[in-house]
Amino acid sequence: MTLNWKLGGLLLGAVFFAAVLLVKPIGVSTQFVILDGIIADSVATDFITQSDEGYTSTNAYMAKSGGKYAKNAANPLNYSFIFVLAMVGGAFLSTVLRGGISKEERSAPAIWRANYGDTPWKRYAVAFVGGFVVLYGARLAGGCTSGHMMSGMMQTSLSGYIFAAGAFLTAVPTAMLMYKEG
Amino acid sequence: MQIALAILIGAGFGFVLDRVGATNPNVIGGMLTLRRLHLMKTILLAIGTGSILMFGGQMLGLVDVMHMDVKAAYAGVFIGGLLLGAGWAASGYCPGTGVCALGTGRKDALFYIAGGLLGAAAYMATYPAWKSSGLLDDIAGGKVTLGTVPGSKFDGLFAVSGDMLGIALGLVFVLVAFVLPENISGGRVQEVPAE
Repeated sequence: MTLNWKLGGLLLGAVFFAAVLLVKPIGVSTQFVILDGIIADSVATDFITQSDEGYTSTNAYMAKSGGKYAKNAANPLNYSFIFVLAMVGGAFLSTVLRGGISKEERSAPAIWRANYGDTPWKRYAVAFVGGFVVLYGARLAGGCTSGHMMSGMMQTSLSGYIFAAGAFLTAVPTAMLMYKEG
Repeated sequence: MQIALAILIGAGFGFVLDRVGATNPNVIGGMLTLRRLHLMKTILLAIGTGSILMFGGQMLGLVDVMHMDVKAAYAGVFIGGLLLGAGWAASGYCPGTGVCALGTGRKDALFYIAGGLLGAAAYMATYPAWKSSGLLDDIAGGKVTLGTVPGSKFDGLFAVSGDMLGIALGLVFVLVAFVLPENISGGRVQEVPAE
């Protein structure tokens, strides 16, 4: 089911090129902040405010860089947010066309079962904590695997190399410790 | 127009991420344990391909240099990378592939995204402390490319042609993709688990 790396790499490279040719480099992790902003603003309506000078927020991170995050959270129909929603649709379409994944795999991947048995709730807990650490780290770094590593190194950006060095330095030992089987 | 492009390119990205196996934690786990480097080869070839097309297109005047968007370099980039790497390995998802994995029907991806939203919120709450720590201050010029790209908004770290360096590094990525073996963990070759 997985494409061979030559075809897959060319296709993935073509997508990254198409993005920078037509609009701008691909990035994902900022949209977690935008969704947080949308949720926070719907719970507390004064979280994001608009004035003649533009958008701002009671949260310093949301308000930084002239309120660009606040503006995007107040107007979710923007390129970057729709882009991430469309990614979910694209992945869904691909899965449907290749026949979907098994019920077992949907609750916990095979590599998890090989190491920790049939423990889906333990897997969910690790996925939750993993997600927390990944997004905290991505926001601290100012980007994630898409924005820093792929788009960044593609543009010969210094920060992309710094990020990739940090990420692989912990990712490889963590994976080796946690997933000895599978 | 922008929204149509977002749907088109976003869906294309999600589709290809799924087809190269990046939405599958078994494939990510295989790569990060160095047991199955198939996806690493894919990623290296993708970066190289993108780089050669982008810088080549810029040299020919076919690609708008102003579309480049380089992120700032600061100490927090490295610290954030360390955190992301640990969480990436534990969960088998990075932000983009976690979102896509939800589209493929994986339930654990839902927990990953919930954790991610909370993690991003935690960063939003603690941002002032990072800001005042100085760890977010630019190093080596901040938003810089390795070479100097003609017509770009960003400075070059070295006074060499950024376009030529971009193409050369792109070729290096392609070369590494070709020479990297499928498995470098010392003889423990395992089949990719069936889905």
